Amino acid sequence: MIAVSLQKAKALPLSGKIGLMLVIFWLAIALFGPMLAPYPVGAFVAYDVFDGYSAAHWLGSDYLGRDVLSRLLSGARYTVGLAAAAAMLASATGTALALTAAVGGPRVDEPLSRFMDMLISIPSKIFSLVLVAAFGSSLPLLLLIAAITYVPGNYRIARALAVNLVQMDYVQVAKARGEGRFHIAIAEVLPNMIHPLLADFGLRFVFIVLLLSGLSFLGLGVQPPDADLGSLVRENISGLGEGALAILAPAVAIATLTVGVNLLIDALPGRGKGR
Amino acid sequence: MAGAATFSGMKAALILIGKRFASSLLTLLLVSMTIFVIAQLLPGDAAQEALGQSATAEQVAALRHEMGLDRPAPVRYASWLSGMVSGDPGQSLVANMPVAEVISSRLPNSLLLAALTALIAVPAALAIGIGSAMNRGGRIDRALNITTLSMVAVPEFLVATIAVLLFSVELRWLPSIALVSDEMSWGEYLRGVAMPILTLSVVVIAQMARMTRAAVIDQMDRPYVEMAVLKGVAPVQVVLKHIMPNAIAPIVNAMALSLSYLLGGAVIVETIFNYPGLASLMVNAVTSRDMPLLQACAMIFCAAYLILMLIADVTAILANPRLRAQ
Repeated sequence: MIAVSLQKAKALPLSGKIGLMLVIFWLAIALFGPMLAPYPVGAFVAYDVFDGYSAAHWLGSDYLGRDVLSRLLSGARYTVGLAAAAAMLASATGTALALTAAVGGPRVDEPLSRFMDMLISIPSKIFSLVLVAAFGSSLPLLLLIAAITYVPGNYRIARALAVNLVQMDYVQVAKARGEGRFHIAIAEVLPNMIHPLLADFGLRFVFIVLLLSGLSFLGLGVQPPDADLGSLVRENISGLGEGALAILAPAVAIATLTVGVNLLIDALPGRGKGR
Repeated sequence: MAGAATFSGMKAALILIGKRFASSLLTLLLVSMTIFVIAQLLPGDAAQEALGQSATAEQVAALRHEMGLDRPAPVRYASWLSGMVSGDPGQSLVANMPVAEVISSRLPNSLLLAALTALIAVPAALAIGIGSAMNRGGRIDRALNITTLSMVAVPEFLVATIAVLLFSVELRWLPSIALVSDEMSWGEYLRGVAMPILTLSVVVIAQMARMTRAAVIDQMDRPYVEMAVLKGVAPVQVVLKHIMPNAIAPIVNAMALSLSYLLGGAVIVETIFNYPGLASLMVNAVTSRDMPLLQACAMIFCAAYLILMLIADVTAILANPRLRAQ
């Protein structure tokens, strides 16, 4: 298993290898980051605010004199964790609904697809702003909001894949054999669309990271005392005029994460087309 | 004969466009319902909010009756929708002004920002997209591919931050806040909005260039292009005379689709530069839970998005040769 994965990784073009390394790096930070932090997250440790880099504070200090590196290491967990959970929820829900539509026939497919088409014509940032206004923005709600926002996109792709597969001979054979719809959806259709769905999962993850950091940046996402990478950019915005490292570091962190995932997906062989 | 053929083709296309237009209107109606329903889920209502915690139940009920909040939801929806259509979407709770007035002071700013961004982004994206398609597989193409692929994934606030650091902190060319007023001259205005436009353009250009490249490459694989190349037509001529007329519709389609990214991008960019546009107004409405204002803003954004999608689809319909030749 590991040997096969290694071989696949070696076959990737350079951009894909860089992407893979960035993704692994950020996963590791999300898992172990808080353990590596040199200072407690909320501690005021520097004498100066918006310090540049120094031996004691590699990424300088923030607007209250806290260590930026420590805050970044624990903020990454929120960004990666929330986005991964939301992307999983969105993909699972979208794909489950798509399979239901594909095996359920036009009576299920038509209304569901019309409903999703309608949701997809609300721009995602606007949709999530309305949802935040209505529901508020605690961590579980943010997860739910991000997931709801990106269900229609995943549904559209999964349904297109599933509808094609349902026409295949082997599925017709399974139907003739008298297999139930649930069996057909799970055992016959799903395994054959897993690769494009994984690529789509990566894309959803990128969109959700950008959405959640955007919301946090607007002050509508993760609320203090918790802070994701977007919140770190927001709270240090007053340092913009002096070009503080405290505002640049978390913004660059988000970019390396999303660009890494994007590069990796783009380099995968036979990735799903469209979005 | 040929005239008759084009006429019936035109008719078929018009019918398709009519159908597409009707379905957009229907979608907009459904979207308005969704937004209304979500806004109703808010715990408590405007009457409660206006009177505060200390109000008695009778006071709240009285105000609720006065504001028409005790009517059943479908009735409230109908009156809100007819208000939206006739240009009176209600009273902003925070500003204490008609929503229409608040929006009309902000909307032109946003439209101007979008228009100026498109003015820069479209030619730039065309040049990058066509250039990299012509160099397909080459070093320039691969470099541009990686660059645009990365740019679409970069958060807007990073681009904005770097722009501010570069142009207003280091070089001191541009102000870091986009102050806009009526008395400004065009030159002052352009200086003020240069950075918001720059930031918005980066993401939109990357998106647009990728789609343009795909559209041109899709044409390059057709036999007629091979024929032209074999005839010995110069590469630039092949692109301009043979490919462009056929690729123009997919490109317009791509432009409309990528311009819809402006809507989301504007939310961040207007806020970071303090630009008095519709998107930053909407963010304020979310913060202050000003539902009438929020609903109206959301509807405008959704309508703009649907119009862009409509343009994209109509160009696709008009470009379909099967419809023209029928």
